[in-house]
Amino acid sequence: MTATQQIEVKDSAARSAQALDDLRDVQGEKMILNMGPSHPATHGVLRLVLELDGEIITKADPEIGYLHRGDEKIAENMTYNQFIPYTDRLDYLAPLANNVAYSLAVEKLLGIHDKLPERCQYIRVICCELARISAHLLGLGAFAMDVGALTVFLHTFTEREKIYNLIEALTGARFTTTYTRIGGLSRDLPEGWTDELAKFTQEISVAIGEADKLLTRNKIFVDRTRDVGVISREDAIDFGLTGPNLRGSNMEYDLRKAHPYLVYDQLDFDVPYGEVGDCYDRYLVRMEEMRQSVRLLDQCLAKLPGGPINVDDGKIILPDKQKVLSNMEELIHQFMLVTQGQDAPAGEVYFGAENPKGELGFYIFSKGGGVPYRLKIRAPSFANLSILSHTLPGHMISDVVAILGSLDFVMGECDR
Amino acid sequence: MPSQPERERRLSPEIRMTPKQLAKTLKQQFEGIVSGPVEFRGELTLELLDASRIAEVCQFAKTELDFDFLVDLTTIDNHEETPRWTAVYHIYGYEHFCHLRLKISVSEEESELPTVSSVWRTANWHEREAYDMMGIRFAGHPDLRRILMWEGYPYFPLRKDFPLAGKPSEMPDVAFSDPAPLEGGPFVTVAGGEDSTAREPRERNPNADR
Repeated sequence: MTATQQIEVKDSAARSAQALDDLRDVQGEKMILNMGPSHPATHGVLRLVLELDGEIITKADPEIGYLHRGDEKIAENMTYNQFIPYTDRLDYLAPLANNVAYSLAVEKLLGIHDKLPERCQYIRVICCELARISAHLLGLGAFAMDVGALTVFLHTFTEREKIYNLIEALTGARFTTTYTRIGGLSRDLPEGWTDELAKFTQEISVAIGEADKLLTRNKIFVDRTRDVGVISREDAIDFGLTGPNLRGSNMEYDLRKAHPYLVYDQLDFDVPYGEVGDCYDRYLVRMEEMRQSVRLLDQCLAKLPGGPINVDDGKIILPDKQKVLSNMEELIHQFMLVTQGQDAPAGEVYFGAENPKGELGFYIFSKGGGVPYRLKIRAPSFANLSILSHTLPGHMISDVVAILGSLDFVMGECDR
Repeated sequence: MPSQPERERRLSPEIRMTPKQLAKTLKQQFEGIVSGPVEFRGELTLELLDASRIAEVCQFAKTELDFDFLVDLTTIDNHEETPRWTAVYHIYGYEHFCHLRLKISVSEEESELPTVSSVWRTANWHEREAYDMMGIRFAGHPDLRRILMWEGYPYFPLRKDFPLAGKPSEMPDVAFSDPAPLEGGPFVTVAGGEDSTAREPRERNPNADR
């Protein structure tokens, strides 16, 4: 019996072949790895369920919804102005830009989008571009930190602090700005603010140059991002990517150029776009967008006109307090606006704005009155994240952080 | 994707298609099942009368009319009206820079639409969200699971008959299974009320039935 077994022992070549087969079986065993919802590289509460073969990702399933607050349901239950604070909490890295996009959508519904005073439009552009710089500074800093360059993060946060100081002086809050109102702004620029902003645009140009020097030709950074997470133009469009992520994939498209709103058609700026659509291209696009935003800020400061900041319509904008206390008509307007909101016509509009993360759109379906019947928020991060299950497979685990960083998403907006 | 000179040629003002022309072409192709277009604030809305052919219409819009980008897909609950659901598709073409809105009514009994996720892959998540929030199913969808709410959640929160404060659910130890203490806040405006007294944001008793 034992002798028979000895005969069956294979020669060394066959044994090693057998061992290789056994090894392949062990390697072939797939492992499930949970990344997030609480992970430093998932920038909030994104959860990725990764199926791994060794270190290679074979399947990725993003799980979202951990920050779902039902913003669309809430919007159906309040007047248009009451919803502005909720828009702060969508892309909370650029609340000013959300305020502007939402107000423009409601103003389109009310039919007053072309009646906004020039000064209001210029201030709104300043808000959008400040928000863009702020969001990109954080996006780039966190991206660099995720792939191992911590210093950039500290530099960009120093600059963001300056933006927060400017925003605090402008709106009274650093984070949750709620600056716009339907038909205008909550307040005019404070005294001396434009000088502070001019000083800031000088400083930020230097800081962008520093970040550029630290990253753009940094061997480690380039190695970790170039040819990683390549998204072709066709895929980017098909998966509904917008903003810097779309432009990174060799698509020269910007809503500020294609469908200009506010005074973007009177301002001079370039639209940067990438070549191959890898993480490095998306990084370069964001870097250049900040420079273009600084250009826009400088032009706005030079052109900033005087005059009113709100539309001249008592049914849209709260009247002057003194007049409310002394005039009948203004008192009625104030009362009606506060209790019932603006009387919107029945109809439906969609307005999309070029936000730091991409196209933030609001679809408003109104049956008339001061409350939307249905308000849908088209969040850029939502569509931008849907490509993950397509892009991640085939990459290493360490590439995940680079790809997530380069897609630069915000869960507040994705989950709504 | 056409080459750069071809794109520039298509974007030149002389031959650039307008949304009206595109809507007309779509209407001609699907004679009898497309009505409209209705224009409001410069936006065109086409109504599709046969819900079962939405995927076909979308495929035509994408391949023949260059609508390569599904901006958004959403649903509206026409509570206490028939048909109960309206699905809204916002489509856009990077070749001609034109927006178009397609609307389809779906009855409550049916509550199902053919998927367009095979036309635009971005529709996958949008349809999952529509299912999650409204409970409309998409036939042929590769992976129709809840996306924002958790798996096993029994309600569809964006329906008009779902209260703002939430509903208690059967699942133990899950957050939000009890109504919010303030019924969504005491000073919340009621949507769609007929008279201003009912719509006005006044203090409400959280325990009283509305």
